Amino acid sequence: MLARHARDGALWLAIGVSFRRLALGYAMSVGLGLTLGVAMAGSDAVRRGLGPIVTGLQALPSVCWLPLGLLWFGLSDAAILFVIVLGSALGVAISVDAGCRNVPPLYVRAARTMGASGVVLYRRVILPAALPEILTGMRLAWAFAWRSLMGAELLFVAGGLGHLLETGRELGDLPQVVAVMVVIVVLGIVSERVLFDWVERRLRVRWGR
Amino acid sequence: MTSRRGAAISLRGVGRTWSQADGRGAGVEAVDLEVRAGEFVCLLGPSGCGKSTLLNLIAGLDFPTVGAVEVGAARVEGPGPDRTVMFQDSALFPWLTLRQNVAFPLELAGVPRAEVRSRVDEALRMVHLFRFADAPVHTLSGGMRQRGALARALVSDPGTLLMDEPFAALDAQTRDVMYGELERVWQATKKTVVFVTHNVREAVRLGDRVVVMATRPGRVRKLIEVDLPRPRADADRNANLLAAVVMNELRDEISRVQREEADDAWTMGASPGAPGRRLGVGGGL
Repeated sequence: MLARHARDGALWLAIGVSFRRLALGYAMSVGLGLTLGVAMAGSDAVRRGLGPIVTGLQALPSVCWLPLGLLWFGLSDAAILFVIVLGSALGVAISVDAGCRNVPPLYVRAARTMGASGVVLYRRVILPAALPEILTGMRLAWAFAWRSLMGAELLFVAGGLGHLLETGRELGDLPQVVAVMVVIVVLGIVSERVLFDWVERRLRVRWGR
Repeated sequence: MTSRRGAAISLRGVGRTWSQADGRGAGVEAVDLEVRAGEFVCLLGPSGCGKSTLLNLIAGLDFPTVGAVEVGAARVEGPGPDRTVMFQDSALFPWLTLRQNVAFPLELAGVPRAEVRSRVDEALRMVHLFRFADAPVHTLSGGMRQRGALARALVSDPGTLLMDEPFAALDAQTRDVMYGELERVWQATKKTVVFVTHNVREAVRLGDRVVVMATRPGRVRKLIEVDLPRPRADADRNANLLAAVVMNELRDEISRVQREEADDAWTMGASPGAPGRRLGVGGGL
Protein backbone atom coordinates (compact mmCIF):
# COMPACT_ATOMS: atom_id res chain seq x y z
CA MET A 1 0.00 0.00 0.00
CA LEU A 2 2.68 2.41 1.09
CA ALA A 3 4.72 1.49 -1.96
CA ARG A 4 1.75 2.13 -4.22
CA HIS A 5 1.16 5.56 -2.73
CA ALA A 6 4.85 6.31 -2.90
CA ARG A 7 4.84 5.34 -6.59
CA ASP A 8 1.78 7.31 -7.63
CA GLY A 9 3.06 10.32 -5.70
CA ALA A 10 0.03 10.70 -3.41
CA LEU A 11 2.16 10.06 -0.34
CA TRP A 12 4.83 12.57 -1.24
CA LEU A 13 2.23 15.13 -2.17
CA ALA A 14 0.47 14.63 1.17
CA ILE A 15 3.74 14.89 3.08
CA GLY A 16 4.64 18.03 1.15
CA VAL A 17 1.30 19.66 1.87
CA SER A 18 1.44 18.75 5.56
CA PHE A 19 4.99 19.94 6.06
CA ARG A 20 4.37 23.23 4.32
CA ARG A 21 1.51 23.89 6.69
CA LEU A 22 3.54 22.73 9.66
CA ALA A 23 6.53 24.89 8.81
CA LEU A 24 4.44 27.98 8.24
CA GLY A 25 2.24 27.43 11.28
CA TYR A 26 5.20 26.65 13.52
CA ALA A 27 7.12 29.71 12.39
CA MET A 28 4.12 31.86 13.19
CA SER A 29 3.74 30.13 16.57
CA VAL A 30 7.33 30.78 17.52
CA GLY A 31 7.09 34.41 16.44
CA LEU A 32 3.88 34.96 18.35
CA GLY A 33 5.03 32.93 21.34
CA LEU A 34 8.30 34.85 21.61
CA THR A 35 6.54 38.19 21.43
CA LEU A 36 3.92 37.18 23.94
CA GLY A 37 6.45 35.55 26.27
CA VAL A 38 8.80 38.54 26.27
CA ALA A 39 5.88 40.87 26.87
CA MET A 40 4.81 38.77 29.84
CA ALA A 41 8.33 38.52 31.25
CA GLY A 42 8.97 42.23 30.74
CA SER A 43 5.83 43.60 32.30
CA ASP A 44 4.02 42.44 35.41
CA ALA A 45 0.85 44.09 34.17
CA VAL A 46 0.94 42.06 30.96
CA ARG A 47 1.63 38.87 32.87
CA ARG A 48 -1.20 39.47 35.30
CA GLY A 49 -3.54 40.26 32.43
CA LEU A 50 -2.53 37.59 29.93
CA GLY A 51 -1.07 34.86 32.14
CA PRO A 52 -4.38 33.31 33.27
CA ILE A 53 -5.77 33.52 29.74
CA VAL A 54 -2.70 31.86 28.25
CA THR A 55 -2.63 29.01 30.77
CA GLY A 56 -6.42 28.68 30.55
CA LEU A 57 -6.42 28.36 26.79
CA GLN A 58 -3.65 25.76 27.08
CA ALA A 59 -6.28 23.50 28.63
CA LEU A 60 -8.28 23.57 25.42
CA PRO A 61 -7.28 20.78 22.99
CA SER A 62 -6.16 22.52 19.85
CA VAL A 63 -8.60 20.76 17.54
CA CYS A 64 -11.38 22.53 19.41
CA TRP A 65 -10.21 25.70 17.66
CA LEU A 66 -11.06 24.24 14.26
CA PRO A 67 -14.78 25.12 14.16
CA LEU A 68 -13.90 28.71 15.07
CA GLY A 69 -11.13 28.74 12.47
CA LEU A 70 -13.49 27.42 9.80
CA LEU A 71 -16.07 30.06 10.65
CA TRP A 72 -13.49 32.84 10.49
CA PHE A 73 -11.31 31.71 7.62
CA GLY A 74 -13.56 29.34 5.70
CA LEU A 75 -12.37 26.06 4.18
CA SER A 76 -8.81 27.25 3.66
CA ASP A 77 -5.25 26.64 4.82
CA ALA A 78 -5.65 29.68 7.03
CA ALA A 79 -8.05 27.72 9.23
CA ILE A 80 -5.46 24.97 9.68
CA LEU A 81 -2.70 27.48 10.43
CA PHE A 82 -5.01 29.05 12.97
CA VAL A 83 -5.33 25.69 14.74
CA ILE A 84 -1.57 25.08 14.66
CA VAL A 85 -0.75 28.52 16.03
CA LEU A 86 -3.25 28.29 18.85
CA GLY A 87 -2.10 24.79 19.60
CA SER A 88 1.57 25.64 20.00
CA ALA A 89 2.18 29.39 20.39
CA LEU A 90 0.91 29.47 23.97
CA GLY A 91 3.38 26.80 25.03
CA VAL A 92 6.21 28.80 23.51
CA ALA A 93 4.98 31.92 25.31
CA ILE A 94 4.88 30.14 28.65
CA SER A 95 8.39 28.74 28.26
CA VAL A 96 9.80 32.09 27.13
CA ASP A 97 8.20 33.83 30.10
CA ALA A 98 9.41 31.20 32.56
CA GLY A 99 12.86 31.07 30.95
CA CYS A 100 13.31 34.83 31.14
CA ARG A 101 12.23 34.95 34.76
CA ASN A 102 14.62 32.15 35.70
CA VAL A 103 17.65 33.96 34.32
CA PRO A 104 20.12 34.42 37.21
CA PRO A 105 19.61 37.99 38.49
CA LEU A 106 23.37 38.36 38.60
CA TYR A 107 23.59 38.23 34.80
CA VAL A 108 21.07 41.03 34.60
CA ARG A 109 22.86 43.11 37.22
CA ALA A 110 26.21 42.59 35.52
CA ALA A 111 24.72 43.52 32.15
CA ARG A 112 23.17 46.65 33.59
CA THR A 113 26.48 47.81 35.03
CA MET A 114 27.90 47.39 31.52
CA GLY A 115 25.24 49.67 30.13
CA ALA A 116 22.59 47.23 28.87
CA SER A 117 18.93 48.05 29.30
CA GLY A 118 15.57 47.61 27.61
CA VAL A 119 15.57 45.86 24.25
CA VAL A 120 19.36 45.42 24.25
CA LEU A 121 19.22 43.75 27.65
CA TYR A 122 16.64 41.26 26.36
CA ARG A 123 18.31 40.60 23.04
CA ARG A 124 21.88 40.30 24.27
CA VAL A 125 21.47 38.84 27.75
CA ILE A 126 18.07 37.66 28.93
CA LEU A 127 17.00 35.73 25.83
CA PRO A 128 20.40 34.04 25.31
CA ALA A 129 20.50 33.12 29.00
CA ALA A 130 16.98 31.71 28.79
CA LEU A 131 17.68 29.84 25.56
CA PRO A 132 17.95 26.33 27.04
CA GLU A 133 14.52 26.66 28.61
CA ILE A 134 13.06 28.35 25.53
CA LEU A 135 14.41 25.55 23.36
CA THR A 136 12.64 22.95 25.50
CA GLY A 137 9.42 24.89 25.03
CA MET A 138 10.00 25.12 21.29
CA ARG A 139 10.58 21.40 21.10
CA LEU A 140 7.32 20.69 22.89
CA ALA A 141 5.62 23.23 20.68
CA TRP A 142 6.85 21.37 17.60
CA ALA A 143 5.16 18.21 18.87
CA PHE A 144 2.00 20.17 19.69
CA ALA A 145 2.00 21.74 16.25
CA TRP A 146 2.35 18.35 14.59
CA ARG A 147 -0.59 16.95 16.57
CA SER A 148 -2.74 19.99 15.92
CA LEU A 149 -2.02 19.70 12.23
CA MET A 150 -2.95 16.04 12.04
CA GLY A 151 -6.11 16.64 14.03
CA ALA A 152 -7.14 19.49 11.81
CA GLU A 153 -6.35 17.60 8.62
CA LEU A 154 -8.39 14.62 9.76
CA LEU A 155 -11.49 16.71 10.28
CA PHE A 156 -11.13 18.99 7.35
CA VAL A 157 -10.57 17.50 3.91
CA ALA A 158 -7.86 19.34 2.03
CA GLY A 159 -4.84 17.18 1.23
CA GLY A 160 -2.11 16.36 3.70
CA LEU A 161 -1.29 13.23 5.66
CA GLY A 162 -4.30 13.52 7.90
CA HIS A 163 -6.46 13.57 4.81
CA LEU A 164 -4.73 10.48 3.48
CA LEU A 165 -5.53 8.76 6.77
CA GLU A 166 -9.17 9.80 6.54
CA THR A 167 -9.37 8.55 2.94
CA GLY A 168 -8.12 5.18 4.14
CA ARG A 169 -10.96 5.02 6.64
CA GLU A 170 -13.55 5.95 4.04
CA LEU A 171 -12.33 3.18 1.75
CA GLY A 172 -12.23 0.69 4.60
CA ASP A 173 -8.56 0.22 3.78
CA LEU A 174 -6.97 -0.90 7.04
CA PRO A 175 -3.42 -1.27 5.62
CA GLN A 176 -3.52 2.32 4.37
CA VAL A 177 -4.72 3.62 7.71
CA VAL A 178 -2.00 1.83 9.64
CA ALA A 179 0.67 2.69 7.07
CA VAL A 180 -0.14 6.39 7.20
CA MET A 181 -0.12 6.29 10.99
CA VAL A 182 3.34 4.79 10.88
CA VAL A 183 4.45 7.50 8.46
CA ILE A 184 3.07 10.18 10.80
CA VAL A 185 4.93 8.74 13.78
CA VAL A 186 8.20 8.36 11.88
CA LEU A 187 8.06 11.86 10.41
CA GLY A 188 7.19 13.32 13.79
CA ILE A 189 10.18 11.68 15.46
CA VAL A 190 12.64 12.31 12.64
CA SER A 191 11.72 15.95 12.15
CA GLU A 192 12.02 16.65 15.86
CA ARG A 193 15.37 14.91 16.03
CA VAL A 194 16.76 16.67 13.00
CA LEU A 195 15.60 20.05 14.17
CA PHE A 196 16.39 19.96 17.85
CA ASP A 197 18.93 17.32 18.77
CA TRP A 198 21.71 19.04 16.92
CA VAL A 199 20.87 22.46 18.33
CA GLU A 200 20.56 21.15 21.87
CA ARG A 201 23.81 19.24 21.64
CA ARG A 202 25.65 22.34 20.48
CA LEU A 203 24.09 24.31 23.30
CA ARG A 204 25.14 21.73 25.86
CA VAL A 205 28.70 21.74 24.58
CA ARG A 206 28.88 25.52 24.70
CA TRP A 207 27.35 25.81 28.16
CA GLY A 208 29.28 22.82 29.47
CA ARG A 209 26.24 20.92 30.69
CA MET B 1 37.66 65.78 55.68
CA THR B 2 39.23 65.51 52.27
CA SER B 3 38.61 68.37 49.91
CA ARG B 4 35.70 67.77 47.55
CA ARG B 5 37.88 68.37 44.53
CA GLY B 6 40.10 65.39 45.09
CA ALA B 7 37.23 63.01 45.77
CA ALA B 8 36.47 60.49 43.04
CA ILE B 9 33.52 59.16 45.00
CA SER B 10 31.61 61.05 47.62
CA LEU B 11 28.77 59.83 49.81
CA ARG B 12 27.09 62.46 51.96
CA GLY B 13 24.46 61.57 54.53
CA VAL B 14 23.55 58.49 52.54
CA GLY B 15 20.80 56.25 53.81
CA ARG B 16 19.02 53.38 52.15
CA THR B 17 16.11 51.74 53.90
CA TRP B 18 13.50 49.29 52.74
CA SER B 19 9.88 49.22 53.76
CA GLN B 20 8.75 46.13 55.63
CA ALA B 21 6.97 44.86 52.53
CA ASP B 22 9.91 44.70 50.17
CA GLY B 23 12.71 44.53 52.70
CA ARG B 24 15.46 42.91 50.70
CA GLY B 25 19.00 43.94 51.49
CA ALA B 26 20.70 45.45 54.49
CA GLY B 27 19.82 49.05 55.17
CA VAL B 28 22.41 51.76 55.74
CA GLU B 29 22.17 55.03 57.63
CA ALA B 30 23.97 58.36 57.59
CA VAL B 31 27.04 57.23 55.69
CA ASP B 32 29.64 59.89 54.90
CA LEU B 33 32.57 58.71 52.83
CA GLU B 34 35.04 60.30 50.47
CA VAL B 35 37.21 58.18 48.23
CA ARG B 36 40.16 59.90 46.55
CA ALA B 37 40.98 59.29 42.91
CA GLY B 38 43.27 56.32 42.58
CA GLU B 39 42.65 55.19 46.14
CA PHE B 40 41.99 51.58 47.13
CA VAL B 41 39.27 51.51 49.77
CA CYS B 42 37.98 48.37 51.44
CA LEU B 43 34.49 48.24 52.94
CA LEU B 44 34.73 45.71 55.73
CA GLY B 45 32.01 44.29 57.91
CA PRO B 46 29.94 41.27 58.89
CA SER B 47 26.94 40.21 56.84
CA GLY B 48 24.08 42.63 57.18
CA CYS B 49 26.20 45.75 57.59
CA GLY B 50 25.13 47.06 54.20
CA LYS B 51 28.53 47.02 52.52
CA SER B 52 27.09 45.54 49.35
CA THR B 53 24.21 47.99 49.56
CA LEU B 54 26.72 50.86 49.54
CA LEU B 55 28.49 49.35 46.55
CA ASN B 56 25.19 49.05 44.67
CA LEU B 57 24.47 52.70 45.41
CA ILE B 58 27.83 53.74 43.96
CA ALA B 59 27.29 51.41 41.00
CA GLY B 60 23.92 53.02 40.33
CA LEU B 61 22.10 49.69 40.60
CA ASP B 62 20.18 51.10 43.55
CA PHE B 63 19.38 54.55 44.87
CA PRO B 64 19.63 56.10 48.34
CA THR B 65 16.46 57.03 50.18
CA VAL B 66 18.30 60.03 51.66
CA GLY B 67 21.58 61.74 50.92
CA ALA B 68 23.64 61.99 47.78
CA VAL B 69 26.07 59.71 45.99
CA GLU B 70 28.47 61.42 43.62
CA VAL B 71 31.07 59.94 41.34
CA GLY B 72 33.43 62.39 39.67
CA ALA B 73 31.34 65.29 41.08
CA ALA B 74 28.27 64.09 39.17
CA ARG B 75 25.29 62.64 40.96
CA VAL B 76 24.82 58.91 40.29
CA GLU B 77 21.67 58.48 38.21
CA GLY B 78 22.24 54.85 37.23
CA PRO B 79 24.97 52.55 36.00
CA GLY B 80 27.62 54.34 33.96
CA PRO B 81 30.68 53.58 31.86
CA ASP B 82 32.85 55.36 34.45
CA ARG B 83 32.18 52.55 36.97
CA THR B 84 32.37 48.82 36.44
CA VAL B 85 31.48 46.11 38.92
CA MET B 86 32.94 42.71 39.76
CA PHE B 87 30.92 40.22 41.75
CA GLN B 88 31.67 37.16 43.86
CA ASP B 89 30.60 35.11 40.87
CA SER B 90 32.37 36.09 37.69
CA ALA B 91 28.99 36.57 35.93
CA LEU B 92 30.72 35.79 32.65
CA PHE B 93 27.99 34.77 30.23
CA PRO B 94 28.13 31.03 29.49
CA TRP B 95 26.79 31.42 25.94
CA LEU B 96 29.82 33.52 24.95
CA THR B 97 33.52 32.76 24.73
CA LEU B 98 35.91 34.61 27.00
CA ARG B 99 36.80 37.02 24.21
CA GLN B 100 33.14 37.73 23.46
CA ASN B 101 32.50 38.29 27.15
CA VAL B 102 35.28 40.82 27.45
CA ALA B 103 34.15 42.50 24.23
CA PHE B 104 30.58 42.77 25.51
CA PRO B 105 30.74 46.19 27.23
CA LEU B 106 32.61 47.69 24.28
CA GLU B 107 30.04 46.38 21.81
CA LEU B 108 27.25 47.85 23.89
CA ALA B 109 29.07 51.18 23.82
CA GLY B 110 29.29 51.01 20.02
CA VAL B 111 33.07 50.87 19.82
CA PRO B 112 34.29 50.09 16.26
CA ARG B 113 35.12 46.45 15.65
CA ALA B 114 38.86 46.82 15.03
CA GLU B 115 39.26 48.83 18.22
CA VAL B 116 37.22 46.28 20.18
CA ARG B 117 39.61 43.57 19.09
CA SER B 118 42.78 45.38 20.11
CA ARG B 119 41.36 46.55 23.43
CA VAL B 120 40.07 43.07 24.30
CA ASP B 121 43.47 41.60 23.46
CA GLU B 122 45.14 44.16 25.67
CA ALA B 123 42.79 43.50 28.58
CA LEU B 124 43.25 39.73 28.27
CA ARG B 125 47.02 40.13 28.20
CA MET B 126 46.84 42.28 31.30
CA VAL B 127 45.23 39.41 33.24
CA HIS B 128 47.32 36.69 31.54
CA LEU B 129 44.39 35.04 29.79
CA PHE B 130 45.22 35.86 26.19
CA ARG B 131 45.93 32.23 25.40
CA PHE B 132 42.41 31.28 26.53
CA ALA B 133 40.63 34.01 24.60
CA ASP B 134 38.46 31.64 22.58
CA ALA B 135 37.67 29.19 25.35
CA PRO B 136 34.07 28.69 26.43
CA VAL B 137 33.52 29.99 29.94
CA HIS B 138 32.78 26.61 31.53
CA THR B 139 36.27 25.33 30.66
CA LEU B 140 37.91 28.02 32.82
CA SER B 141 38.75 27.54 36.50
CA GLY B 142 37.29 29.77 39.19
CA GLY B 143 40.41 31.92 39.37
CA MET B 144 40.56 32.25 35.58
CA ARG B 145 36.93 33.30 35.49
CA GLN B 146 37.56 36.03 38.03
CA ARG B 147 40.54 37.21 36.00
CA GLY B 148 38.23 37.20 32.97
CA ALA B 149 35.73 39.26 34.92
CA LEU B 150 38.54 41.65 35.83
CA ALA B 151 39.46 41.96 32.16
CA ARG B 152 35.83 42.68 31.32
CA ALA B 153 35.70 45.32 34.05
CA LEU B 154 38.91 46.96 32.83
CA VAL B 155 38.33 46.86 29.10
CA SER B 156 36.08 49.91 29.00
CA ASP B 157 38.73 51.84 30.96
CA PRO B 158 36.49 53.08 33.79
CA GLY B 159 37.81 55.47 36.39
CA THR B 160 36.36 53.37 39.18
CA LEU B 161 36.37 49.65 39.82
CA LEU B 162 33.73 48.36 42.24
CA MET B 163 34.35 44.91 43.66
CA ASP B 164 31.85 42.91 45.70
CA GLU B 165 33.79 40.12 47.46
CA PRO B 166 35.32 39.11 44.15
CA PHE B 167 37.64 36.48 45.60
CA ALA B 168 35.41 35.07 48.35
CA ALA B 169 34.56 31.91 46.39
CA LEU B 170 38.17 31.06 45.48
CA ASP B 171 40.48 28.66 47.29
CA ALA B 172 43.19 30.18 49.47
CA GLN B 173 46.09 29.67 47.04
CA THR B 174 44.22 31.11 44.07
CA ARG B 175 43.06 34.00 46.21
CA ASP B 176 46.62 34.80 47.17
CA VAL B 177 47.62 34.91 43.51
CA MET B 178 44.63 37.13 42.76
CA TYR B 179 45.68 39.65 45.42
CA GLY B 180 48.98 40.05 43.63
CA GLU B 181 47.29 40.30 40.22
CA LEU B 182 44.79 42.87 41.40
CA GLU B 183 47.44 44.96 43.14
CA ARG B 184 49.60 44.92 40.02
CA VAL B 185 46.71 45.84 37.72
CA TRP B 186 45.57 48.56 40.08
CA GLN B 187 49.04 50.09 40.26
CA ALA B 188 49.39 49.90 36.49
CA THR B 189 45.99 51.42 35.69
CA LYS B 190 45.58 53.88 38.61
CA LYS B 191 41.92 53.03 39.07
CA THR B 192 39.90 54.08 42.06
CA VAL B 193 38.86 50.86 43.75
CA VAL B 194 36.06 50.21 46.22
CA PHE B 195 36.41 46.67 47.47
CA VAL B 196 33.78 44.99 49.63
CA THR B 197 34.90 42.16 51.88
CA HIS B 198 34.19 40.44 55.18
CA ASN B 199 37.78 39.22 55.38
CA VAL B 200 39.99 41.33 57.67
CA ARG B 201 43.31 40.11 56.25
CA GLU B 202 42.10 40.73 52.73
CA ALA B 203 41.13 44.29 53.63
CA VAL B 204 44.47 45.01 55.32
CA ARG B 205 46.41 43.36 52.55
CA LEU B 206 44.81 45.35 49.74
CA GLY B 207 43.40 48.60 51.06
CA ASP B 208 44.89 52.06 51.40
CA ARG B 209 42.08 52.57 53.83
CA VAL B 210 39.70 50.19 55.55
CA VAL B 211 36.17 51.31 56.29
CA VAL B 212 34.95 49.22 59.21
CA MET B 213 31.19 49.04 59.20
CA ALA B 214 28.63 48.35 61.90
CA THR B 215 25.30 46.60 61.62
CA ARG B 216 21.68 47.46 62.30
CA PRO B 217 21.58 49.94 60.97
CA GLY B 218 24.52 49.62 58.60
CA ARG B 219 26.86 52.55 59.16
CA VAL B 220 30.53 53.50 59.17
CA ARG B 221 32.09 52.60 62.49
CA LYS B 222 35.69 53.53 61.87
CA LEU B 223 38.10 54.54 59.12
CA ILE B 224 41.52 52.92 59.38
CA GLU B 225 44.51 54.03 57.30
CA VAL B 226 46.72 51.19 56.15
CA ASP B 227 50.04 52.94 55.81
CA LEU B 228 52.16 49.91 54.94
CA PRO B 229 54.49 49.36 51.97
CA ARG B 230 53.29 47.22 49.08
CA PRO B 231 53.21 44.46 48.18
CA ARG B 232 52.20 43.24 51.62
CA ALA B 233 53.12 39.64 52.21
CA ASP B 234 50.64 37.41 53.96
CA ALA B 235 53.03 36.92 56.89
CA ASP B 236 53.98 40.62 57.19
CA ARG B 237 54.26 41.41 60.89
CA ASN B 238 52.92 44.96 60.70
CA ALA B 239 50.05 43.86 58.53
CA ASN B 240 49.19 41.18 61.07
CA LEU B 241 49.27 43.70 63.90
CA LEU B 242 46.99 46.01 62.02
CA ALA B 243 44.70 43.11 61.17
CA ALA B 244 44.42 42.40 64.89
CA VAL B 245 43.46 46.03 65.52
CA VAL B 246 40.81 45.87 62.82
CA MET B 247 39.59 42.52 64.09
CA ASN B 248 39.05 44.08 67.54
CA GLU B 249 36.93 46.77 65.95
CA LEU B 250 34.87 44.09 64.27
CA ARG B 251 34.62 41.60 67.08
CA ASP B 252 31.60 42.90 68.89
CA GLU B 253 29.87 43.58 65.57
CA ILE B 254 30.36 39.99 64.55
CA SER B 255 29.29 38.54 67.85
CA ARG B 256 26.18 40.70 67.72
CA VAL B 257 25.32 39.23 64.35
CA GLN B 258 26.07 35.74 65.64
CA ARG B 259 23.75 36.22 68.60
CA GLU B 260 20.96 37.37 66.35
CA GLU B 261 21.44 34.59 63.88
CA ALA B 262 22.02 31.77 66.36
CA ASP B 263 19.19 32.26 68.80
CA ASP B 264 20.83 33.94 71.83
CA ALA B 265 22.38 30.87 73.50
CA TRP B 266 25.76 31.30 71.86
CA THR B 267 28.44 33.93 72.06
CA MET B 268 31.36 33.98 69.77
CA GLY B 269 34.88 33.92 71.16
CA ALA B 270 33.79 33.49 74.75
CA SER B 271 36.18 30.62 75.33
CA PRO B 272 37.51 29.30 72.07
CA GLY B 273 39.06 25.89 72.52
CA ALA B 274 38.74 26.00 76.29
CA PRO B 275 38.83 22.57 77.92
CA GLY B 276 35.48 21.06 78.67
CA ARG B 277 33.75 23.41 76.25
CA ARG B 278 30.71 21.84 74.72
CA LEU B 279 29.85 22.51 71.12
CA GLY B 280 27.08 25.00 70.52
CA VAL B 281 26.51 26.03 74.14
CA GLY B 282 29.32 28.29 75.23
CA GLY B 283 29.81 30.71 78.07
CA GLY B 284 26.84 32.76 77.04
CA LEU B 285 24.52 30.56 79.01
